[in-house]
Amino acid sequence: MSTPLSGPGPAQQAPGRGPVRTGSPRTSRTARNHAPITAAGLAAKVILLGLVAGIAIWAAFPLVAAEKWVGLAVLVLTTAALFYLYLGRRHVPAKYLIPGTLFLIAFQVVPVLYTASTAFTNFGDGHRGSKDDAIVAIQSSSVKQVPGSTQYPLSVATKGDPATGALVFLITKPGTDTVSVGDAGGLRPLDPGAATVGPGGKVTAADGYTVLNFGQASARSKDITDLVVPTAGGALRSSGLSRAYEGKAVRAYEAGCDCVKDSDSGKTWTADGEVGAFVAADGERLAQGWKVNVGLSNFTRVLTDERISGPFLATLIWNFAFAIGSTGGTFILGMLIALALHSPRMRGTNLYRMLLILPYAMPSFAMLLVWRDMFNTDFGLINNLFGLSVDWFGQDWSARAAVILVQLWLGYPYMFLVATGALQAIPRELTEATSVDGASRWQSFRAVTLPLLLVALSPLLISSFAFNFNNFNAIYLTTEGAPFPADNPSNGATDLLITYTYRLAFGGQAAQFGFAAAISLFIFAIVAVVSAVSFRRTRQQEEVYA
Amino acid sequence: MRIRTAGVVALFALALAASGCGGDSDEPAAKDTPKAAGGKLVIWADDKRTAALKPFTEKFGQENGVTVEVQAVPNEDLQNNFVTVSSQGGGPDVVIGAHDWIGNLVQNGAIDPVQLSDEQKAAFNETAVKAVTFNGQLYGVPYAQENLALIRNTELAPEAPKTIEDLVATGKQLKAQKKVTETLCLQVGQKGDAYHIYPLYTSAGGYLFGTTANGDYDPKDLGVGKPESIAAFKKIAALGEKGEGVLKRSIADTNSTATFTGKKCAFLVSGPWATADVKKAGIKYDVSAVPGFAGGKTAAPFVGVQSFYVAAKGKNKALAQEFVANYVTTPDLAVALYQADPRPPALTAALDQVKSSDPDLAKFIEAGKNGQVLPAIPAMAAIWDPFGKAEAAVIGGADPTSTVTAAGKTIAGSIK
Repeated sequence: MSTPLSGPGPAQQAPGRGPVRTGSPRTSRTARNHAPITAAGLAAKVILLGLVAGIAIWAAFPLVAAEKWVGLAVLVLTTAALFYLYLGRRHVPAKYLIPGTLFLIAFQVVPVLYTASTAFTNFGDGHRGSKDDAIVAIQSSSVKQVPGSTQYPLSVATKGDPATGALVFLITKPGTDTVSVGDAGGLRPLDPGAATVGPGGKVTAADGYTVLNFGQASARSKDITDLVVPTAGGALRSSGLSRAYEGKAVRAYEAGCDCVKDSDSGKTWTADGEVGAFVAADGERLAQGWKVNVGLSNFTRVLTDERISGPFLATLIWNFAFAIGSTGGTFILGMLIALALHSPRMRGTNLYRMLLILPYAMPSFAMLLVWRDMFNTDFGLINNLFGLSVDWFGQDWSARAAVILVQLWLGYPYMFLVATGALQAIPRELTEATSVDGASRWQSFRAVTLPLLLVALSPLLISSFAFNFNNFNAIYLTTEGAPFPADNPSNGATDLLITYTYRLAFGGQAAQFGFAAAISLFIFAIVAVVSAVSFRRTRQQEEVYA
Repeated sequence: MRIRTAGVVALFALALAASGCGGDSDEPAAKDTPKAAGGKLVIWADDKRTAALKPFTEKFGQENGVTVEVQAVPNEDLQNNFVTVSSQGGGPDVVIGAHDWIGNLVQNGAIDPVQLSDEQKAAFNETAVKAVTFNGQLYGVPYAQENLALIRNTELAPEAPKTIEDLVATGKQLKAQKKVTETLCLQVGQKGDAYHIYPLYTSAGGYLFGTTANGDYDPKDLGVGKPESIAAFKKIAALGEKGEGVLKRSIADTNSTATFTGKKCAFLVSGPWATADVKKAGIKYDVSAVPGFAGGKTAAPFVGVQSFYVAAKGKNKALAQEFVANYVTTPDLAVALYQADPRPPALTAALDQVKSSDPDLAKFIEAGKNGQVLPAIPAMAAIWDPFGKAEAAVIGGADPTSTVTAAGKTIAGSIK
């Protein structure tokens, strides 16, 4: 582009800065100073950075409101770093790498780390929030109406400003005009005549008080639900904005013993930090628990629970067979069709190509459901068309064959497309040369076409394998893992690890995210190893043929 | 250098503009309190009910000077989404859903009890109130109830069968006359369907959970795997593919009603939701209770209740309580919801209003008279999948004893 040693580069170099590496950065910086600033480039920069700043400011408000200071710090640092990077003229490689890296962190690294950290907890239904949340839930769900107590028409009022003033309850004794005023101090009767009682018993006005309308009252929702007026039998609480009832919190948390006591039965549940629940002496647990760290127990459960480790190996083998069968089958079929259409003697190839791509153009989600119905024993198209009475999804091997068949149908157009592209990139001279040398068509295919195809398609095959290895929809929308052995409802013949995990995590008692995360990590490890090995082999192959 | 300064200025102008655009939508708390007179009530319901609710919520909002927003969430995601947002301290103020969610919603601290007066409670069908009562607390306000019944094509089968044996005999006769291809449309599918087989299971003597002294379901007394359940499944197996061929895995949720409306079977076991399709197909039909086995117990379908809940983490709980406890309990709303989705209203007054125009309702209620409230305890979640699969296996010809024993073990293993 220009002579590397001209320009201000060396002269402006700060003294004493990395004497060893002066050579190469200097060269590149000089070159950059010559890069022209175009209006379009500047506009793009302004717009993109403006968006970054906009998103950052937009994201900052909720973070401040929720007092998430760590998140805010990360946000500020990231934004500052982006501005520093793109407003300056240095660090050209970083300018190219940072966007991708940021997305990689946001969409790959963070979810993986989050999954990994979840795997060490009991996060799931009944254990979602903190201990404080659980205590609040236990106490508020234990508030019961005092037996035989009456409910009162209620108005919410204040002596001060409707938006800020301290609130009181104005309640009317049903059937009378007797009005009492209640606050945290208790209930006092109001002078007769001081309040106007409307139809239905609600106080509409009272001397010295401003009665809040629904709009004003609902803006003070939290204050109203928090207002508890102590009475002899319990306490008056609001039930909505127009009724009050006398209720009593039967269960209360006591910090001294770190336990929940039931005042009716006298039973005590003590906090157990290991399981994240309040547990009574007889082993009874309160349903509302909290999230705790459970160490490796989710992982050991995978290995020691017979229901899980028993069928794990069989599922793993089928999972490999399914992924290899789907990928290999679609590849062979797609490639054969591509080869056939690649032949110069073929006529009407465009029409064929269009027709062949159709399955690829249809939403696989819907097609899977259609296929499921076509395999129905009594009403399905396949049995009716061929006069069969095969219980497709009811037997191990027919169900397996069926799901692979469906995958084949769904997947071959893709392989056909990519193989067509790759075939067109192989120079015809090469195959012509083999025929000149006297090679048969098969030999020419084996020795020239296939290896060159594989070089181009191996990465796609590997990603297709990884995708099919975790192809949840293919199973869940067709067989749902069926058929299941009569004595084991948790693991069916066509279950992949991912559908099996899904059932373990969500199908049983309740959502068990911690446990599901642990199994996901196992699957992640398996797929990662398979992919790493395959990529290594591909690279060796590329070295041979490149 | 000048061009860079200009760039920076332009950039910040743009940044402020961009954040200004975004700011509107996402800070309701900061914006609404000072300006709008009232708070805002957010309701989550499924698509059908959202449409029915809108006129009423608008009226409620106008009368009381508050904003009410009804958000449609697909029914299958509703519970899960609600629990997830609730555990993060957000979400709606009111949720509408089935009563068997209560156990899970309570254990996640997602809903608060509702305090109804005795008069308000008395206005409801007793079963409905019982269904939304959990651990002695009322957690929701019911508005509709539903249960399975036997819908039959009166042109093919004029008489309501008294027992399953009657039904099978009629069905077989029709099959021999080539009038139908299936005896009974009762959805099973490859993984079974515990909800639809339950009437037969109870009639044959099986039970899911025993009851405690105060009438609640007791998760410690699991009926699956007990001798009664094995005996029940033996009777079901006799109707299965290796037996009479009345119960088949090829009949599933996807094709059960369609097979009935296609006149391929004379009997359909389904709920009020199926009547719309049946009417559309122009089939003359009648509704009666699902029959039991001759000499067995009465067949008890599950009774489910649709209900309004107050979210524990809602921003406007007082208003939500007001809406649920004092507004939903009026018959008008129940009737409107019935018109959106024809399930029998739980309010007696509302049921009386619509009963005369829709004779099916009374028949469905009658069919559910012997029903059992669908257990809302969290342990019920452990039943569905294993129980259904055991059912499918037994109907497919597997040995009932080993299958049901294994299912019982699996269920017991996942109940903590």
